[in-house]
Amino acid sequence: MKILLMGNPNVGKSVIFSRLTGAHVIASNYPGTTVGYTHGFMKLAEETVEVIDVPGTYTLEPTSEAEEIALRMLDSGDLVINVVDATNLERNLYLSLQLLERDTPVIIALNMWDDTKHRGVHVDLAKLRQLLGVPVIPTVAVTGEGIKELVDNIPRASSPDTPARSHDERWTAIGGIIDQVQHITHRHHTWVERLADASVKPLTGGVIALAALASAFLVVRFIGESLIGYVLDPLFNTLWAPVVLKLSELLGGSGLLHDILIGRIVGGEVNFVESFGLLTSGLYVPFGMVLPYIISFYFVLGLLEDIGYLPRLGVLMDTIMHRLGLHGYAIIPTLLGLGCNVPAVLATRVLESKRERFIAATLISIAVPCVALQAMIFGLVGERGGEYVAIIYGTLFIVWIILGIILNRTVKGFSPEILIEIPPYRLPPWRTMLQKLWMRSRGFLREAVPIILGAILVINILYILGVFDVIANFAAPVVTGLLGLPKEAVTALVIGFLRKDVALGMLAPLALTAEQLVVGSVVLAMSFPCIATFVILLRELGTVNMLKAVGIMISAALITGGILNLIL
Amino acid sequence: MPDKKQIALAQVRAGQTGTVVQIQGGHGLVSRLSALGIRPGKKITKISSMLMRGPITIQVDRAQVAIGFGMAKKILVELD
Repeated sequence: MKILLMGNPNVGKSVIFSRLTGAHVIASNYPGTTVGYTHGFMKLAEETVEVIDVPGTYTLEPTSEAEEIALRMLDSGDLVINVVDATNLERNLYLSLQLLERDTPVIIALNMWDDTKHRGVHVDLAKLRQLLGVPVIPTVAVTGEGIKELVDNIPRASSPDTPARSHDERWTAIGGIIDQVQHITHRHHTWVERLADASVKPLTGGVIALAALASAFLVVRFIGESLIGYVLDPLFNTLWAPVVLKLSELLGGSGLLHDILIGRIVGGEVNFVESFGLLTSGLYVPFGMVLPYIISFYFVLGLLEDIGYLPRLGVLMDTIMHRLGLHGYAIIPTLLGLGCNVPAVLATRVLESKRERFIAATLISIAVPCVALQAMIFGLVGERGGEYVAIIYGTLFIVWIILGIILNRTVKGFSPEILIEIPPYRLPPWRTMLQKLWMRSRGFLREAVPIILGAILVINILYILGVFDVIANFAAPVVTGLLGLPKEAVTALVIGFLRKDVALGMLAPLALTAEQLVVGSVVLAMSFPCIATFVILLRELGTVNMLKAVGIMISAALITGGILNLIL
Repeated sequence: MPDKKQIALAQVRAGQTGTVVQIQGGHGLVSRLSALGIRPGKKITKISSMLMRGPITIQVDRAQVAIGFGMAKKILVELD
């Protein structure tokens, strides 16, 4: 049996989903599309049933790809749990009526029931049940209230005889229902609502955005550095380093296997960044340098998402984003890109036109460094001084703006306008938030660690075979002449295609000046996308646009790198 | 009083309340807006607008919606 969870966006569907299914959640893509959804399993009586969290939709008349998928999923489900925001009954009932007109049995979870009291909304439950003809269970997903009743009533889901109606007839019917079941009392604005309103006004909104982004940045760094300084570095230095040294001794301190596993050991001490063996840098880069920032970044991003701040940032940024050929909502994939470019490029699907998707994806893969690369920038460039980190970020930001303006002027077509719902500020549902953080961190470990280890293996083999010397000599004129980097840096730029974090790590043993590190970091961030992003770009943009994007990337990287080399 | 003032949402000032009377757009726009609760007969309050023809945020029932300036020119509102 398949149970579908359906409802408008921002009604707490995912929280109900995690309440029903517990911790074991599978994230999938709908076959043949990039529309993601999650599914899991729950026990119902003695049976194990599948529960699918269908992407949020306002109507069954599909207006976007996600809504088309929602409709197709509906055809394959046996029962629908329609999650309804009790504080916005009228608008939510439109989808409910459409669901009732079909043959699949429906049960309604009237969520955010606790909010109705302080928002002055009174709903006559008995009357609503009678008018709709299906069970209606009030729930508060965040606290778990009503979930048990919801599960107990699933067998009572029904498909009443509801006539198919037209768009206008449905709204008329809803008007009739609302008149009978809902009664609104006036109440004063709460301070949270005042804050919400202030966040979308030009002046106060700007101040709030700066404060939010600055504190987000500080918290990410604080958590990341604390994890490294108090947990991971001590672990690696006191527990792992002796093991590595012992093993190095056992392997005789040199030789092919030693170089691949341990790498270069200088002066009897393990340098986890520079040694470049599978068991040294191969483990330290993902676990000791990148994972802490993955955790801290996704924790903060999840917080901003679940509080409901991101759509407001989108509204605030809309005017600027229009200059770049995008609308404000594109700020969300862009912020995701600061985590990893892969989900960010996928998330450009929320933008309506092909043109916007091309511009957004190109800008993200050029000017938005992923958290893995940023972690290495903090680690390697940060120790030379914060001003160098600031130069890197400042350069990338300027590139983002200028390139966006150029693309907006040159790419044909126009960009549609923003039209989004802005959910109220809410306390984050900690349970789902931590679950999401866990899934994202696990995703990083699963996908990145094998590639990092593979990259280091390949680097060592190519190094031993002398392939890098050939490449280095070939590309030397550009890298040395234009960028002012030693020719050994070429290999790092090439490896950037596999993993940018590993690549930046390769610059560490080259004894570069701080300025050279800045140029190297910027070129690495901008030039070629890493292989995972490359595959996604190819799939999302198609071959021709992908090649265009790559051409733009390489030229932008060389021009910017050259300019930096001249002025620093 | 039939001659109440009707103006485009884009021209409504922040804090003003009115009733949507007409959406001057195609079927696509009408259905996208109505899915978000914006349709003729609904009371709306404008909360803010961004500078330089930026998006307009309105309150409709207990939800807030941000609407691009161009679309907001097509929504006719009768002020209270």
